[in-house]
Amino acid sequence: MSDIIRRDPRAEWIARNRLHPLHAAMQPAQTSWMGPNGIIRKNPHGVGFIGPNGIKRIDRSGAQQGGAVKRTAAAEVQLPLHQVLQPAFYIAVVPDMVGGRLSSHDRDLLGLAHSLAGIDGAVMAVVFGEHKETAFATAGVDRLLLLQANEFEGYSPEQRVQGLRAVDNQFSPRHWLLPDSRSGGAELGRRFAANIGERPATRVWQVKDGQCTGRAGAGQQDLTRSLPRLILAAAECAEPVSDTRHEVLPVELSTSLLMRQPRIEDLGAVAVDPAAIPMAEAEFIFSGGNGVKDWVLFHQTAAALGATEGASRVAVDDGFMSRDRQVGASGTWVTARVYVAVGISGAIQHLQGIGACDKVVAINLDPGCDMIKRADLSVIGESAEILKALIDAVEAYRNEAKRDAA
Amino acid sequence: MNTKVISLVSIGAHPTSGRARRAEQDARAVELGLQLAGDNLQVLHAGDSQEPALRAYLGMGLEQLHVLEQPAGADALGVLGDYLRDAGAELVLTGSQAETGEGSGMLPFLLAEQLGWPLVVGLAEVESISNGVAQVLQALPRGQRRRLKVRLPLLATVDNAAPKPRQSAFGPARRGVLAARQVEIVEDELFTGAELQPAKPRPKRLKVIKAKSGADRMKAATAKASGGGGQVLKDVSPQAGAEAILKLLIEEGVVR
Repeated sequence: MSDIIRRDPRAEWIARNRLHPLHAAMQPAQTSWMGPNGIIRKNPHGVGFIGPNGIKRIDRSGAQQGGAVKRTAAAEVQLPLHQVLQPAFYIAVVPDMVGGRLSSHDRDLLGLAHSLAGIDGAVMAVVFGEHKETAFATAGVDRLLLLQANEFEGYSPEQRVQGLRAVDNQFSPRHWLLPDSRSGGAELGRRFAANIGERPATRVWQVKDGQCTGRAGAGQQDLTRSLPRLILAAAECAEPVSDTRHEVLPVELSTSLLMRQPRIEDLGAVAVDPAAIPMAEAEFIFSGGNGVKDWVLFHQTAAALGATEGASRVAVDDGFMSRDRQVGASGTWVTARVYVAVGISGAIQHLQGIGACDKVVAINLDPGCDMIKRADLSVIGESAEILKALIDAVEAYRNEAKRDAA
Repeated sequence: MNTKVISLVSIGAHPTSGRARRAEQDARAVELGLQLAGDNLQVLHAGDSQEPALRAYLGMGLEQLHVLEQPAGADALGVLGDYLRDAGAELVLTGSQAETGEGSGMLPFLLAEQLGWPLVVGLAEVESISNGVAQVLQALPRGQRRRLKVRLPLLATVDNAAPKPRQSAFGPARRGVLAARQVEIVEDELFTGAELQPAKPRPKRLKVIKAKSGADRMKAATAKASGGGGQVLKDVSPQAGAEAILKLLIEEGVVR
């Protein structure tokens, strides 16, 4: 429903017609008026409005709402645009882009980059290969440098260091920021540091007044030093950008990259037993709840997809899954990138447990359940038939891939 | 296997007491080396040869441990690089980062740069070595593995995905020999400008709600987690639903 206030000609007509049975109800409610002796009189029954359940509500916040007019949520707020027309210097950030999107660690890093850039500098994100991110603007990227070449596909740290060197030569950023994370940033940053001969500050968790503090040793000590050019920052090193919008202007390398022959050849990922991966760090979880009736089929589907199995509390209590597979507040808090919930309605305890998941897929009979509201993709239907169809689809996809390879 | 394997070790610190011990990841590097080369494994340390914690490595079944004699705070990079070049090593294993001192984890990267060798991070298993080419498994986060093919000589770091180190026995630890060698001492300039302090606990990040009115704050505090705007497929055939799910799984790269 739109926020535009509309005239109701019928209500106006009733209000004019003293003989209409609804005439009294349509009179504007007068809550206070001047009495005959000059005293302000108040009608205490006139305040407030009748709420949706027929109960009188009084809203004292000032913004009177309710009644027949149901307002939708406030329109999307346009954040102020932060523009850097002529950057005095660059702060380069190389985000991890796990799964092609900015992680929360990357966002913290962009926030740190902004505190270093101030108003004169521009934050430049260097992204390798394809990405799926749509929120670079609100994450705080002023300039975006996409390095897309076949050499950067897969695991290619040596080629990426070459790419970063070319960026360094052209833009000579004042600072390089990389996430000190196991998903690639720590390795790339250290390789780059060794290559350009800079001594980086590692595991940095605070940057203040030109000094940075990072953990040292096994995490029992802190090392404070003046801010070097290359910083490998830990998660939550700064607040992410939240108040401004940024122009994601594309920039390009002026020189073409000269690649050396790679010394490390990537032979691709190796299939690991999904059941052996601890639930808390599994990447892909296939979880079943009360709506699953055929548990043999459920296990078959999980095996066909190559997913780690999870369960809701009900399924565990009923004895269909073991206790260590329980997801949620009293089980494991999972961090999966993709979480498939079959027949789970989404109790708040379960939704807490999957709070860190990126993409949630729900298969459920009830279109109004909380899991559907949380999910990015939901299919309404009987789980058994959908799981059977899913097994067929995966097998068809694998066979096709095999035929293409042959 | 007759590949020359050298494991680099350092002195660790117990996470609670801070007492000197064998470093966790370096012990894993020794374990992996023992599995690959057996008795031919050479173990190298740059530092104080009188340190009793070094004997914990000898207790893993080594006959001797080579020590490049250096005082604390000296730069180990140059002497290790020279030693490895002369020793003719083909596979050098180290932990990912030291448990004492700066612990930046830069040493393997700088060594690889200095020697001009390829570097593999997070080595989990060496599958085969033939004709000077090693096929190895690399540990990735979330329990995943990646197969790599690298030309020798090779420098590799191990982390907690590598095999668990065997227990250190007292007798072999007493019998083993610490073979010290005098080397040139290069001072590390880091600690002239910086100082190690006991770690401060990091401030916990607060959830800041930027709301103008009380009603907004109430809404933010009581809101359920919701993606909002998810796609809902209603009244579709199971096949169409399964196709849509599979498409998302393939896009996310979890179904291969």
